[in-house]
Amino acid sequence: MSEASAVPGKSMTMIEAINDALDVMMARDPDVVVLGEDVGYFGGVFRATAGLQAKYGKTRVFDTPISECGIIGVAVGMGAYGLRPVPEIQFADYIYPGLDQLVSEAARLRYRSAGEFIAPMTVRTPFGGGIFGGQTHSQSPEALFTHVAGLKTVVPSTPHDAKGLLIAAIEDNDPVIFFEPKRLYNGPFNGHYSEPAIPWARHPDSFVPEGHYRIPLGEARIVREGEAVTVLAYGTMVHVAREVAERQGIDAEVIDLRTLVPLDIVTIEASVNKTGRCMVLHEATRTGGFGAELAALVQERCFYALEAPVERVTGFDTPYPHSLEWAYFPGPVRIGEAFARLIAA
Amino acid sequence: MSASIPGGNRPKLSLHVPEPRYRPGDPVDFGHLAIPAAGAQPRPDETCDAGQTHPLCLDLIRVLGDDDLAHGAWNPGLDAATLIRMLRLMALTRAFDARMVRAQRQGKTSFYMKSTGEEATAVATALALDAEDMVFPSYRQQGVFIARGYPLTEMVNQIFSNRADKLKGRQLPIMYSARAQSLFSISGNLATQLPQAVGWAMASAIRHDSRIASTFVGEGSSAEGDFHSAMTFAAVYNAPVVFNLVNNQWAISSFSGFAGSERTTFAARAIGYGIAGLRIDGNDPLAVYAAVRWAADRARSNAGPTLIEHFTYRAEGHSTSDDPGQYRSAAEGSEWPLGDPIDRLMRHLVALGVWDAERQAAMDAELDAEVRTAMREAEANGVLGHGLHHPFRTMFEDVFETLPWHLAEQNEQALHERHVKFPDWSDDADLGADPGEAR
Repeated sequence: MSEASAVPGKSMTMIEAINDALDVMMARDPDVVVLGEDVGYFGGVFRATAGLQAKYGKTRVFDTPISECGIIGVAVGMGAYGLRPVPEIQFADYIYPGLDQLVSEAARLRYRSAGEFIAPMTVRTPFGGGIFGGQTHSQSPEALFTHVAGLKTVVPSTPHDAKGLLIAAIEDNDPVIFFEPKRLYNGPFNGHYSEPAIPWARHPDSFVPEGHYRIPLGEARIVREGEAVTVLAYGTMVHVAREVAERQGIDAEVIDLRTLVPLDIVTIEASVNKTGRCMVLHEATRTGGFGAELAALVQERCFYALEAPVERVTGFDTPYPHSLEWAYFPGPVRIGEAFARLIAA
Repeated sequence: MSASIPGGNRPKLSLHVPEPRYRPGDPVDFGHLAIPAAGAQPRPDETCDAGQTHPLCLDLIRVLGDDDLAHGAWNPGLDAATLIRMLRLMALTRAFDARMVRAQRQGKTSFYMKSTGEEATAVATALALDAEDMVFPSYRQQGVFIARGYPLTEMVNQIFSNRADKLKGRQLPIMYSARAQSLFSISGNLATQLPQAVGWAMASAIRHDSRIASTFVGEGSSAEGDFHSAMTFAAVYNAPVVFNLVNNQWAISSFSGFAGSERTTFAARAIGYGIAGLRIDGNDPLAVYAAVRWAADRARSNAGPTLIEHFTYRAEGHSTSDDPGQYRSAAEGSEWPLGDPIDRLMRHLVALGVWDAERQAAMDAELDAEVRTAMREAEANGVLGHGLHHPFRTMFEDVFETLPWHLAEQNEQALHERHVKFPDWSDDADLGADPGEAR
């Protein structure tokens, strides 16, 4: 990667990149505070906040009661005071007790007060499966949040993006839900779960520049250019789609959306108008998922360029099972067959 | 246990569903309420251990006695000018309420909520706090807005959702926001303001600020999880916050038993959380002032949060949308043993020899004129449903800090629909048009 020679930095895991982003922002902005279950002395169950309390003190990085309603609620109040809170919800599966504070309060505070009060918070939360988390540690609830007017929804897929997007999210004056694909914390999972795990160190996008940089919210990234078919994906599925395309020899253009709201519609339209074929892909359950929104947008805006029906590849409409995790996961078979249908049409 | 008889000979379980003592038409006797004499309650030091306040959670702090004089350790010793100011603000709140209900009945707005009988809980609280202390109100604290000098005209503009409404006609009437007066935006969802107040207080403590937070919740919505999250966080972080739980006995048609009042007092919840708690006669403005001042001083000196139960009575309906005659006895209001807060303070001032019926009548007339003037000013900016609302584009503003593409597209669609409905409409017409011209 060219950046490696141009700017100082180093290879990091996604967890290290997230930790680095928090470190950079806490050093730059005294308004940034980090709170959540086990985030303080211990540094978080995934180590995302490791070392931050020792560096910035107990009143800027602290543990909370096990109360997501309370965590989000106090973060709204801290934002009203003028702080820039970064609450962690330990697993996205645990976020529901805080939903009213997110949906009814944080999302609409700017609107209902006509700008008198804002909720400049970034809610970090690990999401997605692939770690044998069972039905309460594997969910991908992004569509619950993309549906809410006033929330931004971000999903990184690489250490480089995780840092730049998290910094942009923290600096954003609107509430951001920052979903961290926990299967990617330690390596770029390609969907082949029985093969040896690949460390981030061997992936070019693990290069993380030093210091402050931001990736603007609302800008997708073309991960792999192609002419035959467009894949719209985010998080873990970006890597899986790319691997399937490469192993099957599909000339696929894989787009990492990075931000679901606001969505980079320009990049999507340009790609689908070029390829005429489109797959929407996510790990979340199918019905009412964000893929439905993507399929509708592509149909509305690129209909006359389409050569085939939009393929929607998702998890099944079941809770995420423990022993049958890989039967649920939209892996290489499901994606590969969708590629085949798209190319054949 | 026999397999053929479920439960065998164990007693059958029965579900208890609370029922209020009095329904429409019932005679009312509040003799069961323990009303201690004014001045009987001890007043611990503001920085005492929380446990010293816990007997007061099961008591009722009262200052104004049946003799209309102030008694005991909780007497805040306010001078006559302050007492008259308090009376005036409570009376202004009541006059405003009366005028706004009339405006709602005349179709000038969709909705209103009075605070009749509860004026002391808001006004005396506001006077006991510093002006810079951040208040996170619920929906029946118009007295706080009025006491902090938020202009009546602004309030009516909001209630009428007109073109001068600072909130751009977005919020249900009475859901004000007044940052300049340190008053947080009112939600409309219940009890959400409690953890927010705690978060604000925590932020103030993180910053070594000297301002504290105070918040209000009804006894009914104290059943929400947010209440308990807020109590836990406040206790854990010793947050400088004063919780005002206004127990007005009724949550729309559900009596306080549905929030747990059959078992203990609401103030007693402080005991479980290990924070200070006070239970006060909410119709006694001096008791309200003294208790809130005590709790504010406690919070300001890093001695921690306080839960105050204001024991009062909702003398009118929940809002303009319900008729209390359908679910409770009309005699409750007249039999309420703690009287009316405005009447009690007025009689106290008379007893002190600094007030009389003539001055009271003159003040009432003056306040009514003040409210009428504010309403006339606001009405010139339009009333709900008669044009003079904000431009359509404002519907899409403030969803985010900047307008994303999808909202820009939807804005175009809204403007297009308006042109279809009103072909002669000009995009600039909204703010300058006469009533009826722009719709």
